[in-house]
Amino acid sequence: MTGAVDIARAVRAGSRTARDVLEEHLAAIDGREGELHAFNLVLAEEARAGADEVDRRVAAGEDPGPLAGVPVALKDNLCTRGIPTTCSSRILDGWRPPYDATVVTRLREAGAVVVGKTNMDEFAMGSSTENSAFGPTRNPHDPSRVPGGSSGGSAAAVAAGFAALALGSDTGGSIRQPAAFCGVVGVKPTYGLVSRYGLVAFASSLDQIGPFAGNVADAALALEALAGHDRADSTSILEAAPSLSGVLDRGVEGLRIGVIRELVDGIDPDVGTRLSEAAGALEAAGAKVDEASVPATTLGLSAYYVLATAEASSNLARYDGVRYGLRVDGDDITAMYGATRSAGFGAEVKRRIMLGTYALSAGYYDAYYGQAQRVRTLMIRDFDAAYASYDLLLAPTTPTTAFELGAKTADPLSMYLSDVCTIPSNLVGHPAISVPYGRGDDGLPIGVQLLAPALGEATMFRAAAALERSLA
Amino acid sequence: MAPISREDVAHVARLARLDVTEEELDRFAGQLAGVLEHAADLAVLDTAGVAPTAHPFPLVNVLRDDVVAASLDRDEVLAMAPAAEDGRFRVPRILGEAP
Repeated sequence: MTGAVDIARAVRAGSRTARDVLEEHLAAIDGREGELHAFNLVLAEEARAGADEVDRRVAAGEDPGPLAGVPVALKDNLCTRGIPTTCSSRILDGWRPPYDATVVTRLREAGAVVVGKTNMDEFAMGSSTENSAFGPTRNPHDPSRVPGGSSGGSAAAVAAGFAALALGSDTGGSIRQPAAFCGVVGVKPTYGLVSRYGLVAFASSLDQIGPFAGNVADAALALEALAGHDRADSTSILEAAPSLSGVLDRGVEGLRIGVIRELVDGIDPDVGTRLSEAAGALEAAGAKVDEASVPATTLGLSAYYVLATAEASSNLARYDGVRYGLRVDGDDITAMYGATRSAGFGAEVKRRIMLGTYALSAGYYDAYYGQAQRVRTLMIRDFDAAYASYDLLLAPTTPTTAFELGAKTADPLSMYLSDVCTIPSNLVGHPAISVPYGRGDDGLPIGVQLLAPALGEATMFRAAAALERSLA
Repeated sequence: MAPISREDVAHVARLARLDVTEEELDRFAGQLAGVLEHAADLAVLDTAGVAPTAHPFPLVNVLRDDVVAASLDRDEVLAMAPAAEDGRFRVPRILGEAP
């Protein structure tokens, strides 16, 4: 199995067919999908038709695109026209979207081949992919462990060789945390860099789509294809897609990189060891590395679980049994709403809707929601201050390696704590990338995270590539 | 801040149009109290003079010319509805019985 850059190069050159590449990935799916459950839906026939079309274009001398023949898995909260999009929730039972998400259109135009829709925590609410109405996904490195979440199916699909690339969405770490747990690269781009048209909304001021990949160069190629303004998303920024693939070998000579002190507190010793080694490797490659302080990051978890649930309680009001998905009948419309939503949503989604409704309700609004919004301002100030002294920041992606299935399902707060290192980037809208960096005492993958200021993707990818090279 | 009670949970569930069972009321009250207790670190913070942030970057209105363009097909959209009639979504009655 090879990566996206190699596949696209070979398919474009005509030395491999997209169909052959696809069949290899479908065989990998046949081999282990029953054990791992990375997918809600495998689209073998559609993928074969897509691969054959790429091969036809190559044979006809047409440009098949920068991702020609690259098998891609899509998180099941990305709309695919005529193809079920479930968000791993019963409430979207039977729904087939009438349009494609912009990222899906861009991937297809780039020549990528969609192999399936991946499992996730229901409506992206969770950190283990155990909150799926269709059962959990398992970690390819140890099936007794979770793959992380909420984009756990996408992370597992790349780690297991089911797809060379996958898309996820990251609201509080839902790309980076599962990437770290599954030993793959995961990127949360700058807020607004990638269009969210066709991404089912969770918390709109935080959500961002990004790629999973087997290596940094593959992630760069994917993000180049995804990024860029889209008039269908009013929060899409006007920047052109960044050029990333061309900067990966530029090294980190002279870059100032700060290790975020507050995010190292409380992490497992083996995670700390790998982080120190990563810092040492960047220093050995010519960066100037020392300790940085971003004090408000300690408030991130609290602010996040107020803001994200408040936004979710509003966004998920649309699931009311009227326009799509499940309806459970009631005597009048209010009874129908209650019966539909109670039957359609799982426990974690209900918890978050109620928490958000509470935080927005009369008497509590300012103490929770208003205060969390002001903490967000403090965090932006603290990051701005840090970036006056540093080009990039370095942190663990997660405090631990992948935990056992069932270990945190009874205690929501303990589950939320696994996002403590990833949440700050969402609150401030900045990009971050998780890069695999060795293994823990239990033999499971560990990820380290590089954070950059808004639109700092090029510098971030340079350092990520340097980290990856230091392991080679 | 007072911990969240069973009655609070029942109230927000009503606001959120969620029917919850007696057992869920107990379980959610405990779990929500745990999260809110953790969020108490926000309440003690002095944020006098700090403006709230609703969105990571300043946004300006996005405008476009008012021109006719293709949109979603009505029949295709309605085909996904639990119930539709005469080109519209069909819902249960929304008002009480006539007296």
